Order: sequence, then C-alpha cells, then structure tokens
Amino acid sequence: MTTIEPVPVVEQRRSGPSFADRLRGTLPKIVLAPSFAIILVFVYGFILWTVYLSFTRSRILPVYDLVGLDAYYRLWSQPNWYMAMKNLAIFGVLYIGLCIAIGLFIAILMDQRIRAEGVLRPIFLYPMALSFVVTGTAWKWFLNPGLGLEKTMHNLGWESFKFDWLVNTDMAIYTVVIAGVWQASGFVMAMFLAGLRGIDGEIIKAAQIDGAPTVSIYRRIIIPLLRPVFLSAFIVLAHMAIKSYDLVIALTGGGPGNATELPSTFMYSYTFTRSQMAVGSASAVMMLMGITAIIVPYLYSELREKHQ
Amino acid sequence: MSAAQETVSAGSANTARYVIYACLIILALLYLLPLYVMITTSLKSLDEIRAGDMLALPRDPSTAAWVKAWGEACIGVTCGGIKGYFWNSIRMVVPAVVISTLLGALNGYVLTKWRFPGHKLVFGMMLFACFIPFQAVLIPMARVLGTFGLANSTAGLVFVHVVYGLGFTTLFFRNYYEAFPDELVKAAMIDGAGFFRIFWRILLPSSGPIIVVTIIYQFTNIWNDFLFGVSFSSGEASPMTVALNNLVSSSTGVKEYNVDMAAAVFAALPTLFVYVVAGRYFVRGLMAGAVKG
Amino acid sequence: MNIRMISKLAAGAAVIALTAGAVQAQEEVEVLHWWTSGGEAAALNVLKENLQKEGVGWKDMPVAGGSGVQAMTALRARVTSGDPPTAVQMLGFDIKDWAEMGVVGNLDELATQQGWDKVIPAALQEFSKYDGHWIAAPVNVHSTNWLWLNKAALDKAGGKAPENIDELIALLDKFKEQGITPLAHGGQPWQDGTLWESVVLSTGGMDFYKKAVIELDPESLSGDTMRKVFDTMSKLRTYFDPNFSGRDWNLSTALVIEGKAGAQQMGDWSKGEWLRAEKKPGTDFVCIRFPGTQGSVLFNSDQFVMFDIGEEKRDAQLKMASAVEDPAFQIAFNTVKGSVPARTDVPDTEFDDCGKKGMKDLAEAASGGTLAGSLAHGHAQPGAVKEAVFDVVTQHLNGQLTTEQALQRLPEAVAAAQ
Repeated sequence: MTTIEPVPVVEQRRSGPSFADRLRGTLPKIVLAPSFAIILVFVYGFILWTVYLSFTRSRILPVYDLVGLDAYYRLWSQPNWYMAMKNLAIFGVLYIGLCIAIGLFIAILMDQRIRAEGVLRPIFLYPMALSFVVTGTAWKWFLNPGLGLEKTMHNLGWESFKFDWLVNTDMAIYTVVIAGVWQASGFVMAMFLAGLRGIDGEIIKAAQIDGAPTVSIYRRIIIPLLRPVFLSAFIVLAHMAIKSYDLVIALTGGGPGNATELPSTFMYSYTFTRSQMAVGSASAVMMLMGITAIIVPYLYSELREKHQ
Repeated sequence: MSAAQETVSAGSANTARYVIYACLIILALLYLLPLYVMITTSLKSLDEIRAGDMLALPRDPSTAAWVKAWGEACIGVTCGGIKGYFWNSIRMVVPAVVISTLLGALNGYVLTKWRFPGHKLVFGMMLFACFIPFQAVLIPMARVLGTFGLANSTAGLVFVHVVYGLGFTTLFFRNYYEAFPDELVKAAMIDGAGFFRIFWRILLPSSGPIIVVTIIYQFTNIWNDFLFGVSFSSGEASPMTVALNNLVSSSTGVKEYNVDMAAAVFAALPTLFVYVVAGRYFVRGLMAGAVKG
Repeated sequence: MNIRMISKLAAGAAVIALTAGAVQAQEEVEVLHWWTSGGEAAALNVLKENLQKEGVGWKDMPVAGGSGVQAMTALRARVTSGDPPTAVQMLGFDIKDWAEMGVVGNLDELATQQGWDKVIPAALQEFSKYDGHWIAAPVNVHSTNWLWLNKAALDKAGGKAPENIDELIALLDKFKEQGITPLAHGGQPWQDGTLWESVVLSTGGMDFYKKAVIELDPESLSGDTMRKVFDTMSKLRTYFDPNFSGRDWNLSTALVIEGKAGAQQMGDWSKGEWLRAEKKPGTDFVCIRFPGTQGSVLFNSDQFVMFDIGEEKRDAQLKMASAVEDPAFQIAFNTVKGSVPARTDVPDTEFDDCGKKGMKDLAEAASGGTLAGSLAHGHAQPGAVKEAVFDVVTQHLNGQLTTEQALQRLPEAVAAAQ
C-alpha cells in the first residue's frame, strides 16, 4: 500500500482532551504553535514550492510560468535517472540488509557480558560521528588501487591481489555500499543493543531452564521480540539510503561514468550544475514520493496502534 | 535486564567466549581502520607517505602537519589554517543544538501530556519533516533568509539547523515522554502546578538520557553538515566542513596528504569526543525510548 | 551668486565628503571563485594585493570543487537571498544565463572610459557583454587544445613532438616501453570532455568541430568522423594508469612533472603547476598544440562577472574591474596562471615560450577564423548541453557505452538537453 493517506484524526476526536482542562488548554498549543508553524512553512510550504517548480521551465533560477509535465518527460527520458534508480535499488537493498545483519550480529556479541564493552561500543559507533567530508579522503585513498589496499597487499608480497572496485564501473557502487555500511552499522548496533537490553530477562531464563540452546533462544524468542527495532532500523536506514549524498560525492563523485549516480546526486546536479532546475525539482518530487511511500504507512500504523 | 546468557557448561562456554572476543576484536579493528589511516598519515612526512604503505606506523612521527593544518595551510588566497573555521562551527553548533533540543523537549511534552484533538496528525507531520531531502529546500530557504536579513550569517545557519532538526528532537522527546507515567503529571496538576512548572520540575529532571541522545544526534549532524554551510555562509564565516573541503582541494601540485588528514582529524575531534564520552548514555537513551516501535 | 546656489554647493561638498569618508572607512570586494589549487591561488593573489594597494579590502569566498560545481550552488543561494557577492569567477554560457536573470551589474561607463571595446577580442565580448552592455571583466584567455610533455621522457623517445594522432599513439607506445604511464589523465567528466574536444578538433578539423559542437548537427554527431573520434578515445583510454578515476587535473600534471607519466592533454592552466614546481618550458617540459590541431584554438575565458550590489559598494566593484583590466595585472596574472591576456594590446615580452606561442596562436586563429569556444569549459554550449555531452563521453570512456551506442546516444542526449 503506497498511496498517501492522511493520518485519520477524526476518529480520535471522540476520545477527547486527555486530562487538561479547558482553561489550561490553550497554553500548550501556544508553546507548540511556533514549531508547528515553522514545519508547515519550511517543510510543507517548500515541498509545495518544489512541486510547483517541477511544472515550470525553471533553469538557472526559479521562474514561475507553468508549462505542464515537460520536466517529468525530460526526467524520464534521462538515462542518468534510470541509472540512479537502478543504483538506488542495489545500494538500498545491500545497505539496509548489511547494516541490519552486521548491526544485529555485533549487538548480540556485545550483549554476552563483554568485559570491554565501554571500549568497544564507541569504536563501532564513531563512524556515525564523522562526516564523509572528513572520512572521504581516507576512504578514497584506501580504495584507490594505486595507493591503498591493493598497493599495501602488493607491498606485503601478495602480488596478484586486485581491488579496483572504486575505478571499475560495474563494481564502484559496491564501494559506496561498503563505506555506507561502515558508517551506519554501528548506529544500528546501538539500536539493537538497546532493544536487547530492554527484553525481559525472565522470558530468557525460562527458556534456558527448559534447556533450549542459545542459538535457538535467539532465533525463536529474542529476535522475534526485536521486531519493533527492526522496523525502526529499517525506517532510519531507508531514509538515509534515499538521502545519501555526501557518501557518493566524497567517494566517487557519481563516477566512473555515471556508475554511482543516485537520485540525490542526480537531483543536486540537475538543479545546481546543469541548470535544469525544473528537472531537478521533478526528481525531488519523485524522491519525496518514494519517501512518503515508505514513511506514511509506517507512521499510520504506529500512531494508530497505540493508545486505544 | 540483560539478555546475556547463563553459561551451560564451563568448557564449551570458554571456547564460545574466545570466539566472541575474537570476532569483536577483528570487527573493531576493521572499523578503526579509516581512523587509523587518517591519524598515522597525519603524523608522517610526505616522503614517507609516498614511499611507504598506508598501514605502516609512522617511522618518525611529527606534528608538523597538525601545526600547518591548524594555523598555516592555505584556503583560497588566505593562509591561516583552519583554526578560525573551527570556532565558526562552535559558534553555530552550540546555539543550534540548545535551541532545537529545548524546543523538541517542549514539543514532546505537549504532544504527550497535554494532548489535544489532532495531536497525532501534528506529530506525524512533524516527523515527516525528518525525511525531506535538504537539497530541495536550498533555494526557497535562501530566499527566506534574505527576506529576514539573515542571509550569509551565523544566525541564519543556526536558524536553518533548528528548523530541520525540530522533527528529530520532537520525535526523540515525544517517544521518551510517552513512557513517562501520566500519574505523576496528574498528581502535580492536582497540587496546582502549572504547565511550565510541571515541565521544569518533573519532566526535565528525569530527561537525562534522552537529552544526551538528542544532543549527540544534533551535535554530530550540525557539525558535519556541508550543504547548508556551503550555501548559507561564505568566506571566513564558513563552518569547518566547508573550509576542510576547500583545504583538501587546495593542493599546490603536490598533494599534502598529511596536512589534509590532520585537518580532517581536527574536524572530527569534537564529534569523536562527544561520542566517546557520551557513548554509554547513547545506548541507555535509545533504550529509554527513542527506539521503541 | 545666490543663496540657493551656495546651499547646492555646500550640499555637494557634503556629499563628496561623505562618500569620501565612506570610501576610506571600508571598501571591500567579496569574490567568489574556485581557484584553490596552488598556481591559481597564487595568480589570484596578485589581484588581491593590487587592490589592497588601492585601499580596497578583499573578502575571499573560495568554494573548491570540480570546476565550480559547489560554487554555483553557493552563488544561487546568495543571489536568491538578495545578497550577491561583488564579483564571481564564471565561464562562458553561465554568464549569459545569469545575465538573463537580471541580477548583474553594468560596467559600460568604465568600459567606455578605458576603451575595452577596442582591446578585448570580439570572441570574448560575446560573453562579457549582454544585450550590448558590459557586465563582466575578462581576466584571461585559456585554450584547451594543448599537450604537455615531459622533456626527458620525450627525448628518450626520440625527441620529436607528435604532429597527428598516429604519431601521438606511436609516442605513447614508446612511453609505455619506458615503463611510465603514457598519458596522465584524470577521470572527471570535464576532463574527459576536454580530451574529447581536442580529439574532435584533431580528427575532423575546425569545420567539423563547428558543425558538430557549435551547431550540434545530428549527422556530424553520429557520423563516421565521430566514430573515429570515439575509437581514438577508446585507444587513448588504454594509455591511462589504473588510478585515473576521479583524479584532479593538477595531480595528473604532477605525475608528468615528476616523470612518472609522459604526457597530459590539458588546457594551458596546466602550465601554472609546472611553473610552481620551478620547471622551465623547453628544458623540463614541452608544450605543443594537441597533435593535429596546430593552427586552431579552442578557447575559454575566465571572467569576473560583476553583480548588481547597490550604489554604495559600486565604487569598490568598479575599482576591481579596472584593476582586472590593468595591463600590468594582465601580465602578472597570466604569466603565473598559464593563460594569455584578455587584452590584445599587451606585449608578450614578459611571457615564456609557451605563453608567446599561446598569444601568437590566438591572434592567428582569431584572424583566420579558426578560433572557437571550448565545449568542455562552457564556451560552446549552455550547461545542459555540455553536461549531456559529458555524460556520453564519460560513459563511453569508462566502458559503459560501446562506440556504437555512444554514436546513437550523443545526438539523442544533446536533443533532450536543448
């Protein structure tokens, strides 16, 4: 289900104001109002503006005469856009899948009453603290066949070692995946670790008393209990995958060729460097629709389940 | 509340523990590799970098590159290193983090303890704001900043970061306060405590973990931002990331990898510091609500 | 003399005093540019110092990154917010685009006073003027169809500079035998495009370049000559080292300087890096027109576009424009940067052999009709078309498209971008 539906409020209305009495009722709203107004203008207002621009002929700066679907025709006739979509599919699936798998794996290991947890935790978390503007230089160097890993291996005597993914059009997108997973998997680990720590120990004790082996306790009891964490992790990762920009720019700049173009880099280059702002806006609208398709059903189910 | 397993038999458990530690240590080394490369490279001389391999420890560690990156390296036509930009970033990050965290806390408080019809729609809409691609808002934002006279100023950058951080901070606090017992709030209300008094006296004092999560999250995001920095600031008022990008691209035919890396380490220090110092509270804070499904 | 007149005079004097005061208080120009590499920044520093001598402060706004990509984003934000910088480094068709938006200033008065019309070549005026008004001060004329050779490597390979593509290939083979990288190239779209346009010019001559690149004739873009161009590109690709992807141009130049590579096809800004490394033309390196393009020049011109920034800052802006067109500055800047002066009345005595050759070639090409704008540097087509060509050229060079596919895609991509 991917259509945009408003979160239903009307049915909630009957449950009435919680415990605030009418007199005090306005103050909280006044406190919330500025934030909400800001969001309305700077998020929704700007989204509408972007949608509007996508129906214009804007090139270098915005112009406001409507020309219909022209920008969308242009967008969908760009081979680059198809490449961006294809790459997003590859990148998204691998990035989300690997981050969750590795994050969960490390979290389970970390949850075995590890002695040096205080040392290890920041090691797994720190990549999240660094921007790719910072680590991109190190990564680029590391992946560069003439300077980095390949050369190091050659120096160590492994002459036939070959690692040229960064400059190989078929493999470059996977270097982006590697760097992306390196950055985000520690964060996912922290989410799973928090989830594991939140599980009621009694359930596990009971299973152990029954003599269940550790592996199957995890497989049958603990992992299913982590379902909400999987969902949160998926949402966080999905939106990071769609928004990923620094990552690609720092590593490959979208190349070689257009081998690592993603919708976010596509949008940026069409809006700002190719002077086709309308096409850029159209691609932004597509991205927003993609995000909406993931987020809105999630929000809908989340907000409906609770407090009934 | 730990989910760790009781040992079944001592022998196999020992083997298992060795495997676990081995796995963790190997993974930790892999994760540390880029940082290791950055730091060791920044301590090497250019000749050593060119001749040797990147995994080797520096033969003759020198902080010359650090000194150069901090105070002497050329960015454009000015050669004053990155120190000025470092303070620019601090001046931008601190107010932005404080304001967005405070607003997020108040919003979370209202959305959980002072509910009104439509509060879910309001929350849903604020949450969706987290997901907007920032590239799409640059131009209209520039227009708005210009209208308010905030263009090309630190105040403008603070404003932008507050606006696009609100969704996250509200989410964090809302989920945290959701689990906070309503009874305490009710009791205080019966005692005659008002809206702000309840917030200051009852909710805020017990918000430690989530404040830490929010601050870590906002601090890293704002410190690391490049896109807003490059668009809404200029020249000597630029934040660190913009200067770093300029520095790394300012090569004099000979690319000074050691200076580049030293500058990158400087840019990374504050966020690294925050993560290492506050890391333990991070997981605790996530446990306390941010992750709840 | 009546009272009214006296009061007028007094008011006038007051205004003069006021403006003079303001001028002394703080005159400043804010300059957005992406000249952050060593030779470029050194050249720009000349302008900064000249202005400082006149009491005009320099607020530097460098935005590094691939031929001004980030810089143009920053500029959009600044213009949209109603606070544009004083002057912005810009190329070719970008200038027209911005002029069209009505956000640029007017330099007519200064230009008339200093007689720019007479000393700046018509090919540059095409971009420095919009709708008959001067809006930009051209700094230099670059030309892209150059080949830079390491003299020692060339001598080892026989010492004869190649005069056509076949001789070039033969020379590159010899470099390969020497165990060095034959052709230092950086795999960024604009660099791929720069190489491509030289190959187009060499393969089909200036008439073909004009037909294919300037007029965008679909048949020329997909015909047999273009097939030869793409085949040559594939051939040249085999002479790159494995690390070329994404490498900055100046790092490739450094490879040739250090003797790790034999040659680089690059515009004359490459010379700035050689000079900074204290190398001499003729003894350490050799500059020749890209084989097969002698007699033709593909140019691009860096210009400082003056934005509309209001009256009170205009004085500093005009001073800067005037400083840019100062013949002494033109010499000082261009000898460092590797380009040739934008003014035709500047003597070539201060320039080295490569600079002299550049000035001579430019003058001959301008009078002989073999001067054309560089596509890769925004002087042949608007940004959208340029990038569309880059897409095809880059993908072909990186093996994502076969020559057959490239020939089919090129006219399509160009048409879609128009």
